[in-house]
Amino acid sequence: MIRALASVGAGVLALLAVVGRFAIFTGQTISHLFRPPFYPREFGVALMQIGYFSLPVVGLTALFTGGALALQIYAGGARFSAEAVVPQIVAIGMVRELGPVLVGLMIAARVTSSIAAEIATMKVTEQIDALVTLSTHPMKYLTLPRVLAATLVMPVLVGVGDVIGIFGGFLVGTERLGFNAATYLKNTADFLEPLDVISSLSKGAVFGFIAALMGCYFGMNSARGAMGVGRATKGSVVAAAVLILAANFLLTEAFFSA
Amino acid sequence: MIELRDVHKAFGSNHVLRGLNLTVTSGESMVVIGGSGSGKSVLLKNILGLIQPDQGKILIDGQDVTQLPRDAFLARFGMLFQGGALFDSLPVWQNVAFRLLRGSLKRTWDEAREIAIEKLRRVGLGPDVADRFPAELSGGMQKRVSLARAIAAGPEIIFFDEPTTGLDPIMAGVINDLIREIVTEMGATAITITHDMTSVRAIADRVAMLHNGKMRWVGPIAELDTCGDPYVTQFVSGSPDGPIETLR
Ligand SMILES: Nc1ncnc2c1ncn2[C@@H]1O[C@H](COP(=O)(O)OP(=O)(O)OP(=O)(O)O)[C@@H](O)[C@H]1O
Ligand SMILES: [Mg+2]
Repeated sequence: MIRALASVGAGVLALLAVVGRFAIFTGQTISHLFRPPFYPREFGVALMQIGYFSLPVVGLTALFTGGALALQIYAGGARFSAEAVVPQIVAIGMVRELGPVLVGLMIAARVTSSIAAEIATMKVTEQIDALVTLSTHPMKYLTLPRVLAATLVMPVLVGVGDVIGIFGGFLVGTERLGFNAATYLKNTADFLEPLDVISSLSKGAVFGFIAALMGCYFGMNSARGAMGVGRATKGSVVAAAVLILAANFLLTEAFFSA
Repeated sequence: MIELRDVHKAFGSNHVLRGLNLTVTSGESMVVIGGSGSGKSVLLKNILGLIQPDQGKILIDGQDVTQLPRDAFLARFGMLFQGGALFDSLPVWQNVAFRLLRGSLKRTWDEAREIAIEKLRRVGLGPDVADRFPAELSGGMQKRVSLARAIAAGPEIIFFDEPTTGLDPIMAGVINDLIREIVTEMGATAITITHDMTSVRAIADRVAMLHNGKMRWVGPIAELDTCGDPYVTQFVSGSPDGPIETLR
C-alpha cells in the first residue's frame, strides 16, 4: 500500500519537476526578448526556415483537406437534403479548427523535429558549450529567434492554410459537386465572422510558440550521443503535437463556449 | 592567475575530480597530462563554468569565478574544444570571427573577415578554406580552424584541449610553435591538455599530471624526466609496467 502510494507520489513529483522546468525555460526565453544583444540575422534565418519553406507543405495539406471536407459534407448533407451548406461548413471547419490544427501539426512535424535535432546535435558536439565560451547566450542566440519567428509567422501560415483549404473546397464544390462559383464564394464570405478569423490566427500564434519552444527545450536538454539526439527529436514532436491539441481545445473553449 | 582549491566533481557515482588543487600564474604555459578519462577536459570546463564543481573554489586573479560578471569573465577566455565544436551552420571564416561579428568586440564585416583569414594563415590554412563549411574539412583541418577561433579575439587566458591530436607531425610542430608564440608574444596564460610528449616539451613552462582526481605531480618542464615520481615516469615513457593500472 505504502509502496503504491510512494510510486504515485514519485510520479507526481516527476511530473511537477517537468512542468517546473518547462515553465522556467519558457520564462527565460521570454525574458531574453527584453534584454540585448539581439541577433536579427538568426531571426531572419528562422523566419525563412519556419515560414517560407513551410508554405508548400501547408498549402498541400490544406488543399487536400478542404477538398475532402467538401466531399464529406456534401455526402453527409445529402442524407437530409442539406447539400447546400457545403460552402459554409467548409469555411467554418477550415478556419476555426482544421486550418490551425493541421498547420500546427505539420509544423510540429517539420519544424519542431528539425529544431530539436539541430540543437541536440549542437549540444552533444559541444557547440553549445563553445557558444557560451564565445560570450553568446545559447537561449538568446538559438531559442529566442526560433520561438519568436514561429510565433509571428504561424498566424500567416494558418491564414494561408485557411484560404487554400477554402479554395480546395471551392474547387471540389464547383468542379465536382455542381456549385455555382459566385454563389459559393458569396456564401463563404457572408458566413464567416471576424471572430472566426481572429481565433484562427491566434491559435496559429500559440501553436507556433509551442512548436518552436518544444524543439528548443528538448534539444537543449538532450542526453549525450546519437541516441540522445534521437530521443530528443522524438520527444519534442510528441510533446509539441499533444500540447498543440490540448491548447486547441482550451482556445476553442475560450473563444466559442459562450 | 588561476587557482583551483580542493575541487570535487562527480557524475553520478563516477568521481572524476577528488580534491584537485592547481595554481597557474599569469603568463605561464601549463600543460596538463594524465590518462584518458582522468578528467582533464572536465577540469577545463569547471574553470569556464560550463560544469559546476560539487565542492571547492575556483579563483581568477583572486576572485571567485561564481561572483564575477559572466560576460566580462568569458570575454577574457579562448577555448579550443577537444572535438573542435565548430558551428556547422556557419562557413569557416564566420566560425573563426564569431566573436568579432557580434557582442562587445564587434567589428565590421570586412575587418572581421580579414582577421579571420589572417588567423587561418597562422594555423596553416589558406584563404580558400574561409568560405567552406566545417563539414567539408578533414578532422585535422577542423581542429586548426577551431584553434584559430580560440585565438581570434586575442584572449588573455587560453585553454587548448588536445591541440595536436589528429595532425601530421609537421603540422603538430607548427601548432606547438604557435601556442608557444601566443604565450611569449601576447603574454597570454595557457593551459594545454595533451598526450603528445613532444608537444609537452615544446609548449610547457610547467607540467601537471592528473591522476585519480588529483594533481599527482606539478613541476617545471626541466624536472619532468628527473622528478622520480613513478607515475610520471611511467606516463612519460609510455610503459605498460608501473603503478598506473592498465586493464587488459
Ligand atoms: N557531461 C558528462 N556527463 C557525464 N559524465 C561525464 C561528462 N563529461 C565527462 N564525463 C566523465 O568524466 C570522466 C572524465 O572525462 P574527461 O572528458 O574529462 O576525460 P579526459 O581526461 O579529457 O580524457 P581524454 O584524454 O580521453 O580526453 C569520464 O569518465 C567521462 O565519462
Ligand atoms: Mg578530454
